[in-house]
Amino acid sequence: MILGYALSFAIGCFGLALLLNLLRLFTIKNLVDRVLVVDTMAVNVAALVILAAAQSGSALSFEAAVLIAMTGFVSTMAFCKYLLRGSIIE
Amino acid sequence: MSLAATIIEIIAAALLVAGGLFAVIGSLGLLRLKQSMQRLHAPTKATTLGIGSALVAVAVHIWLNEDRLALRELAVALFFFLTAPLSALFLSKAHLFRSEDAAKLPPTGTKAGWATLSEDNPAEPSHPQDRKA
Amino acid sequence: MMRPAMRLWPHPILSLFLTLFWLILADSWTFGSLVMGGFLGLAIPLLTAPWWPDKPRLKRPALLIPYIGIVLYDVVISSLHVARVILFLRPEEIRSTYVAVETSLTSPEAIALLAGTITMTPGTLTADLSADGKVLLIHALHAPDPQALRDDIHSRYEARLKRIFA
Repeated sequence: MILGYALSFAIGCFGLALLLNLLRLFTIKNLVDRVLVVDTMAVNVAALVILAAAQSGSALSFEAAVLIAMTGFVSTMAFCKYLLRGSIIE
Repeated sequence: MSLAATIIEIIAAALLVAGGLFAVIGSLGLLRLKQSMQRLHAPTKATTLGIGSALVAVAVHIWLNEDRLALRELAVALFFFLTAPLSALFLSKAHLFRSEDAAKLPPTGTKAGWATLSEDNPAEPSHPQDRKA
Repeated sequence: MMRPAMRLWPHPILSLFLTLFWLILADSWTFGSLVMGGFLGLAIPLLTAPWWPDKPRLKRPALLIPYIGIVLYDVVISSLHVARVILFLRPEEIRSTYVAVETSLTSPEAIALLAGTITMTPGTLTADLSADGKVLLIHALHAPDPQALRDDIHSRYEARLKRIFA
C-alpha cells in the first residue's frame, strides 16, 4: 500500500527531474554540457519507464528501458569521441 | 501481512522516495552550478544513486507482488553504476579539449603531459602491453 | 604459442559473465537461451580480442568484495555531499579545484578501477589521465584542502587495490 504511494511519488520526482533537464537543455549554449544533459535525460527516462512498468505491472516495457539506457550511454561515448578525435570509429 | 513484509515494504518505500529526491537534486545541480566541470558532478553521483536505489526498490516491489527475483532490474542498476564514471571521464576529456581550462591545470609531475592535451592526443593512456600488441 | 583452447576461449571468466548477463537480461532460464548466451559469451571476447591484450591478474580476488562494499557506502556519502553542495552553498562559495594525483598502480585494469572509484566517491571526479597513465587529473567539487584529498585516495582506495592486483 505504502509502496504504491512511494512509487507514484518517485515517478513524479523523475518527471520533475526530466523537466528541469529540458529547461537546462534550452538555456545552455555549451556543446559538452548539452551532451551531458541529454545523457542525464536518457537515464531519467529509463528510470521513468521502469517505474511506470512496475506500477502498471507490464513486463514488456522493461526492454524499452534497457534500450534507452544503452543507446544513451553509447551515443554519449560516440559524441565525446567525435569531439575529441573528429571521428568515431578509427 | 506479516511484520517482516511490512518492514521490507517500508524500506523499499524509503528507497523510492530517496531515489526520486536524488534524481531531482541531480537535475537541480545541472541548473544551479556555474562551471561545466562542477555540473559534471551532479548527474554522475546524485542521479546515479537515485536511479540505483529506485531500481532496488522496484526489484523488492516485484519480489513482494509477483514472488520472483527481479535480477533484470538489478542488472540495469549495475549497468548505470558501471557506465556513469566512463561517461563522466569522456565528457570531461571533451570539455578539457575544447575549453581554455587547459592552461589552469596542475602539472603532471612526470615527463608525459595530460593525455587529452598531448601532441598525438591518444584516447587511452599507452601502456607497454599495448605497444607490444 | 597459445594452445588452441586458449585461442578459442581467451577469457573464460568474461565469457561466463556474458552468458550469465544474457540469461538475466532475457529473463528466460531455458536451454535455448543458454545456447544463445553461450554463443554470445564465446563470440564477443573473440571479436573484441584486440582490446584485451592480456588477462587482468588478480592476486587476491576475495578482497574485491569488501572493496565493493566500501565503494557502495562511499557512493551514498558522495551523493549526500553533492546534494549538500548543490542545495546549501551559494555558487560563489564553492571551491572547485583540479588536483594531480600520482598512482603507483601498474596494471591498466587497476588504474581504470581506481579512476572509476574516484569518480563515484565524495567530492571528486577523474577528469583525465597523463599520457603515460601514471598520474590522474582529479576535479574536486568542493575541496578546501587538496592535500587531504590526495592522502585519502592513497590510503583508502589505492592501497586496497594494490593488495587485490598483483
